[in-house]
Amino acid sequence: MLMPMRIRHIFYKKADTAMKTTLIALSFVALQAVILAPPALADGKEVNLYSYRQAFLIQPILDRFTEQSGIRVNVVFAKKGMLERIRAEGANSPADAVLTADIGRLSDMVEAGVLAPVKSAILEQNIPARYRHPGGLWFGLTTRARVLLVSKERVKPGMVTSYEDLANPELKGKICIRSGKHLYNISLIASVIAHKGPAAAEKWLRGLKANLARKPQGNDRAQAKAVYEGVCDVGISNTYYMGKMQTNEKKPQQKKWAAAVNIVFPNQADRGTHVNISGAAVLKGSRRKAAAIKLIEFLSGDFAQKIYARQNFEYPVKPGVELHPIVKSWGAFKADTMNLARVSSYRREASKMVDKIGFNY
Amino acid sequence: MRQPVGLFSSYTWARWRPDGWSLGVFAIAAFTAAPILAVVVLALTSSPDIWAHLAATVLPHYIHSTLVLMTGVGVGAFIIGTGTAWLTSAYTFPGKAVFEWALLLPMAVPAYIIAYVYTDLLDYAGPVQSVLREVMGYRNARDYSFPEIRSLGGATAMMTLVLYPYVYLLARSAFLDQSNAVLEAGRVLGCGPWRNFFTIALPMARPAIVVGVSLVMMEVLNDFGTVDFFAVQTFTAGIYDVWLNMNNPAGAAQLATAMMVFVLLLLAAERIGRKNKRFDNVRRSQPRSKTRLTGVRGIIVFAACLAPVALGFGVPVWVLGKYALRFYETSLNLSLLTSALNSLMLSGIAAFAAVALGLFMAYGVRLNGGRAIKSAARLASIGYAVPGAVLAVGVLLPLARFDNAIDAAAREYLGFSTGLLMSGTIFAVLYGFLARFMALSFGSAESGLARITPSMEGAARTLGASRWSVLRRIHIPLLRGSLLTAVLLVFVDGMKELPMTMLLRPFNFETLATFVHQYASDEMLEESSLAALGIVVAGIAPVIALSLSISGSRRQ
Repeated sequence: MLMPMRIRHIFYKKADTAMKTTLIALSFVALQAVILAPPALADGKEVNLYSYRQAFLIQPILDRFTEQSGIRVNVVFAKKGMLERIRAEGANSPADAVLTADIGRLSDMVEAGVLAPVKSAILEQNIPARYRHPGGLWFGLTTRARVLLVSKERVKPGMVTSYEDLANPELKGKICIRSGKHLYNISLIASVIAHKGPAAAEKWLRGLKANLARKPQGNDRAQAKAVYEGVCDVGISNTYYMGKMQTNEKKPQQKKWAAAVNIVFPNQADRGTHVNISGAAVLKGSRRKAAAIKLIEFLSGDFAQKIYARQNFEYPVKPGVELHPIVKSWGAFKADTMNLARVSSYRREASKMVDKIGFNY
Repeated sequence: MRQPVGLFSSYTWARWRPDGWSLGVFAIAAFTAAPILAVVVLALTSSPDIWAHLAATVLPHYIHSTLVLMTGVGVGAFIIGTGTAWLTSAYTFPGKAVFEWALLLPMAVPAYIIAYVYTDLLDYAGPVQSVLREVMGYRNARDYSFPEIRSLGGATAMMTLVLYPYVYLLARSAFLDQSNAVLEAGRVLGCGPWRNFFTIALPMARPAIVVGVSLVMMEVLNDFGTVDFFAVQTFTAGIYDVWLNMNNPAGAAQLATAMMVFVLLLLAAERIGRKNKRFDNVRRSQPRSKTRLTGVRGIIVFAACLAPVALGFGVPVWVLGKYALRFYETSLNLSLLTSALNSLMLSGIAAFAAVALGLFMAYGVRLNGGRAIKSAARLASIGYAVPGAVLAVGVLLPLARFDNAIDAAAREYLGFSTGLLMSGTIFAVLYGFLARFMALSFGSAESGLARITPSMEGAARTLGASRWSVLRRIHIPLLRGSLLTAVLLVFVDGMKELPMTMLLRPFNFETLATFVHQYASDEMLEESSLAALGIVVAGIAPVIALSLSISGSRRQ
């Protein structure tokens, strides 16, 4: 082989020793981190956040909050098991507030009884009633609409105008959608159940399933891509994905995907387009409730609403806040006014319906 | 000496007397099995019945796709893993010195990342199909058909490419331990190289290969990232669906428990299959002789070893590197460095702790072969088969209960609150790692010990050596290769670990994997490709150092 026997022998020894030393050193670093964990600050100086939203989306606005208020925000981001963590930690939980990316998680927390009711004139003034819990348990911060992205080339205007149209046999083999189990679709299906009843909803979902061009897959962006590629003519997506594609300088091919489709806000003639919210809530066990409420109030205010919504091309919940020009360019639309807590109560049924008709196969 | 020398007689329940080792094994087993038991306890809490609905709808699909995936990846990893392990341990050929360690490299690539990379290459907009359209003059996707990468077959291929090194590593260390004399006896009796491999080398390496293949299958079972990305509905996908979409954690725990029982039965079946067989070797007295392969055969073997490395490591690193050059500023900041240090620290500590505890348990089981102690050790190493986020819940439940009990006691008797002592600290994350990775360290140590002949320690004990000193002076030196293998496995797996870290971590704590996840979870891997590359690169150095050190340990 490459090295003479003796040298090789020394080399192995060295690699071994070097590794041992490194690992021992690292162990000390770890121990120090555990022992010297920074002490918790008193109320008013910091607030602890459990977040279902990715850090890179929320960090800029949290930094502004700290700048303005002097309150430091500590974050743990996780998508699975946060509720179990809150419950297990119980009264000793260090967490003060949660941020979620949809109504479903908020409803689960209401059901689990871990949220604290909040009475705040500021929040009531900033957030329309249908985007907050009637008892003040949670507050919507931004909304996004679940829309249809239809091919500019292959779909004539007026051909698809409602969610119900998606079950129309004329669209056979022309629709793309992400997994029926994704919470955005579960929420959409739940809203159909809430409006039309389970039997009609199931018939509709079967019709939609029969029209799919391919097995449900990818994220919402991937549906616009599929329309661009000619795999299908109609994709179903949340609005903000359009904004992200239209402005993607780093991946310019995504601008082409967005340019291949028109946004259709469904059901403008009747109940309005299904919207979901990202929201926030204060936890029952919080020992820094004042700071937590201050944070949510800040997020509902003019300044944060503009930035926070823009960051992800969402709609601010506060009426009158200026929209991102791109979001504005999609036009005004009528949103479904049914309270989201009610929609959300049909989630389990929606999930079982997806199983029952084998939507994902 | 107080203990009888009959070390390997089968103790029955009636004859079992507690001694230090057994109690130690039980203590460690209880510690690592607590999260698993917590999942089982959660499964027993009353909940809306989920089985009738699942059985009538999606359960057959879940079971079918899971079994197909497990079998496919298991067979694929077995063929690539043992094949390359045999080639690099029995032959010399061009590039062998590099392949010895390079064949391990794909292990450093997380499965969901390789899935992402190949989707990018093979889907409609990727270079492969673009060239195809260019050449054939197709206009859009409706003009032709191309195999769908987002499928069961695609998932099988991706997982095989990054998981075969588990088999390779364990099989190779078994092959290198095999006595020359036995193989030469085969030769003398007229076995050709193929027959020698199939009738002697392969059966003798069985315990190690079984550990490798079962680790691979457990990885397949617990994977969520890849199957979710490829829209393959496996059992684990079902567990998450019941938990999160139907808000039924107890139902999810029931599914997870069913999966653990399945794995335990599978492992038990394999053990029954090899009952009463012994795998210990006559220690070789001379270095292993190797056949030199040249010419066409050399080239074929070279290509056979190059292919898995190129596909499982070369391609993903090349693609990630390309992304990283374009998107580096998203991830190139101080927090990346902190994340990298956190990753190294967690994986490093977990590796040594898991191997120390795993060795202790394996030796305890060898000393006292009673059924109770064996079962305890098996249970403690089943965490690897549980979907990560479910096991993470299993960790936080007992930990929070313990913390809250201490707090309540302190309030009651001392008049102050301790708060949560361990929940939400790095200790919680490390605990999760141990619960998850014990299968790796215990499996390696146990299969290594099986290759050491009992007569060796019988002799030592007769000469008056204590059990500690047998472990220290005989087993650990002989097991050096196996133990380093275990350190390597746990370290590299720790670098990739995501769901445990996500849920159990303290505030403001990122590792490379969690950093990558916040982008990758929304199919924006490009933005965090530098960090993804970091996971892979950080895995390379220990892979090389350890594999050199493992080969070194054979040459002494």
